Amino acid sequence: MNLKQLSHTEERLVEGHRLCAGCAEPIIARQVLMATDKPVVVANATGCFEVSTTIYPFSSWNIPWIHTAFENAPATMSGVEAAYNSLKRQGKLDQEIKFIAFGGDGATYDIGFQSLSGAIERGHDFLYVCFNNEAYMNTGIQRSGATQKGASTTTCPAGSCVPGKREFPKDLTRIIIAHDLPYAAQASPHNWKDLIEKSKKGIDTPGPAFINVISPCPRGWRHDGSQTIAMSKLAVETCVWPLYEYENGVWRLTGESLRIAEGSREKKPVSDWLSSQGRFKHLMKGKFTSVADEIQVNVDKKWESLLKLCKN
Amino acid sequence: MSEPIAVNGDMAIAMAWKQINPDVVAAYPITPQTIIVEAYSDFVADGTVDTEYVCAESEHSALSICVGSSAAGARVATATASAGLAFMWEMLYVTSSMRTPIVMAVANRTLSGPINIHCDHSDAMGARDSGWLQIFGENVQEAYDNTLMAFRIAEHMKVRLPIMTCLDGFIITHALERFELLEDEKVKAFVGPYQPVRPLLDVKTPTTYGPIAMPEYYYEIKYQIVTAMMNAMDVARQVMAEFAELTGRKYDLVEGYRTEDAEYLMVAMGSTAGTVRFVVDQLRAQGKKVGAVKVRLFRPFPADDMAKFLKGKKAVAVLDRAMSPGTGAALYMDVLESASRMKDAPRISNYVYGLGGRDIMPGQLSTVFEEIMAGKGERVNYLGVRL
Repeated sequence: MNLKQLSHTEERLVEGHRLCAGCAEPIIARQVLMATDKPVVVANATGCFEVSTTIYPFSSWNIPWIHTAFENAPATMSGVEAAYNSLKRQGKLDQEIKFIAFGGDGATYDIGFQSLSGAIERGHDFLYVCFNNEAYMNTGIQRSGATQKGASTTTCPAGSCVPGKREFPKDLTRIIIAHDLPYAAQASPHNWKDLIEKSKKGIDTPGPAFINVISPCPRGWRHDGSQTIAMSKLAVETCVWPLYEYENGVWRLTGESLRIAEGSREKKPVSDWLSSQGRFKHLMKGKFTSVADEIQVNVDKKWESLLKLCKN
Repeated sequence: MSEPIAVNGDMAIAMAWKQINPDVVAAYPITPQTIIVEAYSDFVADGTVDTEYVCAESEHSALSICVGSSAAGARVATATASAGLAFMWEMLYVTSSMRTPIVMAVANRTLSGPINIHCDHSDAMGARDSGWLQIFGENVQEAYDNTLMAFRIAEHMKVRLPIMTCLDGFIITHALERFELLEDEKVKAFVGPYQPVRPLLDVKTPTTYGPIAMPEYYYEIKYQIVTAMMNAMDVARQVMAEFAELTGRKYDLVEGYRTEDAEYLMVAMGSTAGTVRFVVDQLRAQGKKVGAVKVRLFRPFPADDMAKFLKGKKAVAVLDRAMSPGTGAALYMDVLESASRMKDAPRISNYVYGLGGRDIMPGQLSTVFEEIMAGKGERVNYLGVRL
């Protein structure tokens, strides 16, 4: 796979959508969809990506696409895949088709968590991709189970008494891996090669696959729209968002995270990440600076634990 | 020749599904529906059907799976009851808007709280505005017959809406009754093969299912459901006529019993319709001019058919096995609406009864007739409640 080849792949999500300038979601989606030549059917949870790509009577989708509700993209996809299996078994369909579901962190970590867990447990053959922008951005930057500790959102605002979100995010990737599914990974759009390779594995591996992708949001994170890719890279370089995969029971670091573990690349301090985004502004000076220290401690703890898992 | 056998209502529905052999069934267990999906799982386990059976982790997901499958191009069936139907509520509206003609058996059971597993129509009444067709059966035979007709009505190109085949929890779902099972070939010929419309799995003609519609389009999209609903009335009549030719069993959207020279009517849905006819016979033997009306198709509501029965009557009691605290119940409201353009409309009263599985006895219904014949009773009455 090289850039020249990729530039010749057919666009499945085309221009004309209404996502914000600097939004990572269409960048991620295009990379994921480049990972296979086979026909793809997409299911989408309610969210920015859904409302902005299909404003009736327009659609940016060049491939079959379905949205039914917020919390059920995995169930909807299960149904499409079940129909495919049934029709194929009965000889009513002979084409090979791949199934990909997209959802934001609200749809994945919170309201659709049960639906995702159920679909993975049932073993449907599909890839689920989470755009993790760490809050409910479509409704205007509210706290989710993926929101970083210390981040200011509209439902956990930083005030004079409260330093933004008080809790660490749940580690959804590890929770999904606890289902012992064939393939799961964390990825970032700045490392397109890593994301596309992981997507290819997720698509080609029989059974359910899950990829959690960090998805910077200029509106919610309060950074310039030109810095989206830089933000996603910094998330990896600070080990806030390590790149790794879980393939048939084996944990493996990838990309910059592997090089940090091997010592060939510097592990940047979390303060670099926090200071680059307006949502953490209140942690940089004054009474809440200790929260920034707590975040560093937690990132180190999670990183050490991941290193152990990847060594075994 | 079709052979008479004895099974309960749930089993009769499972047997109808087996003969129809849908491409996908997705469901979640809930009393008193569970026998349907257990029996169907047996058919799947023994390979007697081609169905892909998906054990969903909730009713919300069960219906979401069904919508995905139906949009993909599959014929789909499911079953639920009570809290399960309530949990599906969000997806009910999506299902009708997607125009996915899913057939869902609803084993009518009341809603919590207090939690109670027994029969009333609260679950189905809560779904009456969701754009689903709703057909009610009176006994095991009708539960089976309605199921066969439901696929035809829902999948008709002028309709393409989902349908609930409603049967009273326990009273029909669990009661063993003799019924006539049609031969497999006759069912297959009657129902016919499934014809998908713009299936998602047609990758050469990509379709966007479920876009966002702003105020300038939303209303028209919803109005298309109204048009399809109105079309369903004639389609249902036509399907019922064909079914009568095939089986000799004549059904209608609304069915009258000894109504022609009657002055007083009692309207009911589901298993209670049989009890009403029994009481009508008793009172007729005493020379009372009473009749019974059974509503088979509740959505769309056949208001013109109902109006024909109401015309010229003195008083009408509408039995509702559900309540709407603060106003009249659902069937009553529809019967009132049917009489809204009528000169000299009968005096129409509402009798709420049988909530949470409370038995309804013939003596109580005789009392209701006596009450409306005497010109007594409130607009909305709560039959048999201890005050």
